[in-house]
Amino acid sequence: MTRAFLGMPTTAPRGVGHLRGEQTFPAAARQALADPQLRRNLGHATATIRAKSAGVIAEVPDWEQLRAAGSAIKADVLARLPELLEQLEDRVSAAGGVVHWAADANEANAIVVDLVRATGNDRVIKVKSMVTQEIGLNEALEAAGIAPVETDLAELIVQLGEDRPSHILVPAIHRNRAEIREIFLRAMPGVDPGLTDEPAVLAAAARRFLRQTFLSTPVAVSGANFAVAETGTLAVVESEGNGRMCLTLPRTLITVMGVEKVVPTWRDLEVFLQLLPRASTGERMNPYTSMWTGVSPGDGPQEFHLVLLDNGRSAVLADEVGRQALHCIRCSACLNVCPVYERTGGHAYGSVYPGPIGAVLSPQLTGVADNASLPYASSLCGACYDACPVKINIPELLVHLRDQAPHPRGESAAMAAAAYAMDHPALYAAAQRATRLSRLTGRRGRGLPPPLSGWTASRDLPEPPAQTFRQWWASR
Amino acid sequence: MTAREVILARLRAALDPAPAPVEVPREYRRDAPVDLDRLVDRLTDYRAHVHRVAETAVADTVAAILPTGATVVVPPALPPAWLPATVTARPDDDLDNRQIAAADAVITAAAVAIADTGTVILDGSPDQGRRVLSLLPDLHICVIRAAQVVAGVPQALARLTSHRPLTWISGPSATSDIELNRVEGVHGPRTLHLILLP
Ligand code: SF4
Repeated sequence: MTRAFLGMPTTAPRGVGHLRGEQTFPAAARQALADPQLRRNLGHATATIRAKSAGVIAEVPDWEQLRAAGSAIKADVLARLPELLEQLEDRVSAAGGVVHWAADANEANAIVVDLVRATGNDRVIKVKSMVTQEIGLNEALEAAGIAPVETDLAELIVQLGEDRPSHILVPAIHRNRAEIREIFLRAMPGVDPGLTDEPAVLAAAARRFLRQTFLSTPVAVSGANFAVAETGTLAVVESEGNGRMCLTLPRTLITVMGVEKVVPTWRDLEVFLQLLPRASTGERMNPYTSMWTGVSPGDGPQEFHLVLLDNGRSAVLADEVGRQALHCIRCSACLNVCPVYERTGGHAYGSVYPGPIGAVLSPQLTGVADNASLPYASSLCGACYDACPVKINIPELLVHLRDQAPHPRGESAAMAAAAYAMDHPALYAAAQRATRLSRLTGRRGRGLPPPLSGWTASRDLPEPPAQTFRQWWASR
Repeated sequence: MTAREVILARLRAALDPAPAPVEVPREYRRDAPVDLDRLVDRLTDYRAHVHRVAETAVADTVAAILPTGATVVVPPALPPAWLPATVTARPDDDLDNRQIAAADAVITAAAVAIADTGTVILDGSPDQGRRVLSLLPDLHICVIRAAQVVAGVPQALARLTSHRPLTWISGPSATSDIELNRVEGVHGPRTLHLILLP
């Protein structure tokens, strides 16, 4: 490889990590749509969070001003990303941390494996982080004989259930309390056989199970919500206290973060710490936020490593329209308001980033060819844009990426018609009603009537549900 | 080329042509009156217990919270007058994690509190101690003075020092991972008492 080529924006490599699904979105969605329990769980959970979030956002008179500031700070970060990363590196190093750079998932995994090996330990505790899922760190650690222990309750449910995460914030959102009880009874060593499905009882079981592990594991791996270039401060936002355990108890802390998580100044946190909790869990503030700058003598980890990861982000940055996907603060609000996500769940998106943000971020990180169906996993209703605390125009990005998706020419034209129809509710509603009618009258209900049939003829679309997204949306 | 050089070169190439400089509009609220009742309301909403007493009554309040003989972890510079005679103090002279976890409770001061969000912030000062002290015991009593309470997040950040290890606490440990409802009590202290002094 020439030097010049090495230095060009590059997508995330194949064969490592979890950015690509095994099936196309329509094929995976069909399985999800056939699971009524999954739909009930998702419907219940997302309705709960939407109501909570709307309530606490309504309390904030300057919400729109905060969104505008958050969006602009992120645009500023991207415009000055190289210099901000150099500044961050400088400040973290000055405070006693060690900064590593990883061009892709393979490099990041190798760095973390080497760092853990150097400590002589064969187990690490982990606080939930999207980025370590993105790069497949757990698999890399296991391959090196190191056991990663997920300590977030939802991650634990996923790990014990030998399942996959389905939501950014609540990876086990597809499980209800009765299912969680069954998973714990089946897979949690030493669990009380009299366990009930009371949420507080389930949480207490996780507390007992993990306490010993927290106290006896000297290495932790975390992600980061924010990193302040001006001060070298890292921030992790969480609820349960497992984050505090991982960030406080071990001797060695390894934090992996995507390069876009940097913010310029300490003061910028005042915007994001107001936006994030209200948009994500619908709380005025999440129970715990930890901030640390390098190493504090006598308090917490005495060895701190920060791994800065590209893994396709430079390729996203190179697209002037697409780069706004890097504004994302992973609040998951766009998932919770999305009528498509609510019906299909997160697994259908294949990537660790599901929902509307996943539909625009994953194809950009991998190159559109590797996630070609995701930009179509949306009705372009616009709810995600309204909900996004940093004002990412997801519908605009979807349309932009559809232009790049290597679908047959006829299909692109039909999708343009579909996009038009979906933007014009009466036409779209009529088209969807016609599709439902065709199902009821005995024809196989695959596909939309003209002018949209050009697209659906080549898509194996799921059976139209008895209620369409739009009918469902209108009836809420 | 090192990975560092590769990444920085890629990012610079991605930013060619250079985007226009961005002006950040900061029209959100940065000044607001402090409302102590709001702090109490928010904390109570998180199921924290709030006690508003005079400084001379702190020890009695602690005595009423903890059973006689309870072991209490104490940071190095906690005012001694805050401890009742009914509890056994465990001063943090290099306590190990198991000793801290075995204690019944911890008492700390705080650096700042935020009324709008019901948050108390510890910054590791000697009356608050190492981060682990307020993490492992199942019950945390935090004493805060009215003068330390600010209205919102911007005012809190302005008072804090970035290089200190900071822990923002908004209610007892909780999770939203089971059907997206907030349930108290996972890994951090399951019971949080705030003693608010005038
Ligand atoms: S795209 Fe916006 S709404 Fe969706 S997770 Fe990211 S920040 Fe939240």
